Amino acid sequence: MSNGILVFTEHRAGALNKTSLEAIAAAQNLGSQLQQTVVAAVLGSNVNNLAQEIAQYDVSRVVYAENEKLADYTPDGYTDAMERIVRDLNPQLVVMPHTYLVRDFAPKLAARFGKGLISDLIRVRVEDGRATFTRRIFLGKIDADVVSDNDLPVFITFQSGAYRGDQATKGSGAQVETMNVEVGEIRMKPEAPFQEVKQAVDLTKADIIVAVGRGIKSKDNLALAEKLAEALGGDLAASRPICDAEWLPIDRQIGSSGQTVAPKLYIALGISGAIQHLVGMKNSGTIVAINKDPEAPIFDIADYGIVGDLFEAVPILTEEIKKLKG
Amino acid sequence: MKIIVLMKQVANKDAILRINKEETWIEEGDLSFEVNESDGYALEEALRIKEKTGSGEVVVCSMGPQRVKSAIKDALARGADRAIHVVGDNLQHLSPFAAATILAEAIRNEQADLVLTGLQSDDYGYAQTGVIMAELLGLPHATIVIEVDASGERLRVKRELESGWYQWYEMPRPALLTIQSGISQIRYATLKGIMAAKKKEIKEVTPSSDAATTRPSHQRIEKIYFPQKTKQTQFLGNGDAKRGAAELAEKLRTEARVI
Repeated sequence: MSNGILVFTEHRAGALNKTSLEAIAAAQNLGSQLQQTVVAAVLGSNVNNLAQEIAQYDVSRVVYAENEKLADYTPDGYTDAMERIVRDLNPQLVVMPHTYLVRDFAPKLAARFGKGLISDLIRVRVEDGRATFTRRIFLGKIDADVVSDNDLPVFITFQSGAYRGDQATKGSGAQVETMNVEVGEIRMKPEAPFQEVKQAVDLTKADIIVAVGRGIKSKDNLALAEKLAEALGGDLAASRPICDAEWLPIDRQIGSSGQTVAPKLYIALGISGAIQHLVGMKNSGTIVAINKDPEAPIFDIADYGIVGDLFEAVPILTEEIKKLKG
Repeated sequence: MKIIVLMKQVANKDAILRINKEETWIEEGDLSFEVNESDGYALEEALRIKEKTGSGEVVVCSMGPQRVKSAIKDALARGADRAIHVVGDNLQHLSPFAAATILAEAIRNEQADLVLTGLQSDDYGYAQTGVIMAELLGLPHATIVIEVDASGERLRVKRELESGWYQWYEMPRPALLTIQSGISQIRYATLKGIMAAKKKEIKEVTPSSDAATTRPSHQRIEKIYFPQKTKQTQFLGNGDAKRGAAELAEKLRTEARVI
C-alpha cells in the first residue's frame, strides 16, 4: 500500500536551494488536500545541519540519505540514493522542484519504476481525492491537464514559482532519520562549479529595458530596438535565441540562464515569452509586449500589449517618446 | 566515432496553434513542421565532433509519421551519414518512458560511442526522453550540455547550471548527452549536401507493439486549453500597430508614468 508524499530537497554545498522551499510548500499543500503525511528527503555527506534546518518545516520526518559518494551531485549517485528512499517509503507521490539538477537525474529515477515524470507543473487541482496536474506545453502557449491512473508512485516536478517558498509552513521540529544508503559505481566525475568571467553589462540595475526576441528577424534590425532604448534612456537586452545566434553578447540575455531583472519598464519586442524568459523578467514594474501572435504567452503578463508588426510599431513609438521627452 | 543523434519534428514555432475538437491535442492538418530547436544543435555538435576526430559516422534517428522524413532529409543534407526512421502514426504522443523504450530498442544494436539529443522538445517539453534512454541503455549521461570535448580517452562535457553557473563533468564513453541550444552556430545545407543526401540510407523500422503500449496510463492528457490570463492586459491599437504605438507612448507617460 502506497502511503504519504515524499518531497526531494536540493542544496548546493549544504545551502538550501530556494526552490526546495517551494517544493516543500507544494508537498504540504498536496498533503493537506490528499490527507497524506509529508516526508522530506535530503541527500549528501556531512549535511546534518541542513537536515536539521529542513526538520524545522512542518513535515512528519526528514530522511537524510548519507554517503560520501553523495558529497558532490552526480546523476548516478542521486538516482541510486533516491531509488532506495522511494522503495523504502513507498509513497504515493514524489514531489520535486523542476530545477536543472532534478531534470538531470529524476527521469532516470522514474525510469527505474518503469515510468517518466509528470514534469514542470504549474498547478494541481484535487477533487474527490484525485489530483489533476497542469503543465504548460508548446513553450507556454497551451496548458495541459494530466492525470495518472492508479499507477503509484507518481513522480512530479513543479516549475519555479508554482508555489511560494515563504508559504512553506514551519512545524514543531520533525525527527531526522539518517539512512546509510548504498550507492553504486559513480561513472561521471564532476569538477567544481564556476561562473564565467564577470559580466560586463549589469542589467539588474537598469530602470528601463528594451528586450528583443526571435521576432526581430535579423541582426540588422537590432538598430530599431537600439533607437527605442536610446530614446527611453534604457538598456538593450534579448531572449536566448538572439544570444545563441550571437546577434547580441550573452551578458545581454534575460532569463533562467541569463540575468534576472525587475526594471520600472520592460518592453518585449517579438518575444513570445517562453517560461525560461518569463522567470527572468516577470517582476518588472510595467511590462509592454509587441508581438504579432495574439496567443503569445508574453501577453499573459503584459500590462500593455500591441498585437501587430513590431517593424511598424517601434519607429512610431520611438518618435512619440522623443516628442514626449523633448 | 559513431554518433547517434535523436531528432524530433515539432510544430513550427511561428505556427498559429488551434486546439482539436477532442481538446487533447492541436489540429495538425494544416500545420507546418520543423526540427526541434535543440535537436538541431545536437546534430551540429555531432557533425563537428566527427569533423574534429576525422573519422566516424553520424546516424540520425527520428520517430513519427511519414512527414518526419522531411526532417530526416534535412539532417542528411547537412551532413549526417544515414538515418533510422521509427515509423508510426501516433508515436509523437507517447509518454517519455514509452518513447524512450522504443528509441532505445531502435538504436541498441548500433553500439554507438555517443548518443546526442536536444535538452527538450518544443511541443510536449517533457525534457526526459534522453535521460530515460540513458538508463535503459545503461549509459552514463549529462544534460543541458553546452560544450563537448571528445578528443580524449574520456569525455569532458560542460554543463549549464542555473543563474550563470557552469560545471565540467568527465565520463567514459559510450555516453548520452542532451544538448542545450546555442552550443554552436548551425550550418546550412549546401546544394551539394542536398544532392548527396538523396543517395543516403534511411532505414525504416516499426516498434514492437509491446514497446508502443508501455505504461500508457501513467500520464494521460485529459484536456488542453489556452492558459487563462493572470494579468489584465490593455490591448492597444485594435490590430493597427502604428496606432497602438502612438497610444502606448501616451499611456506610458500619463498612466504608467514611466517616461
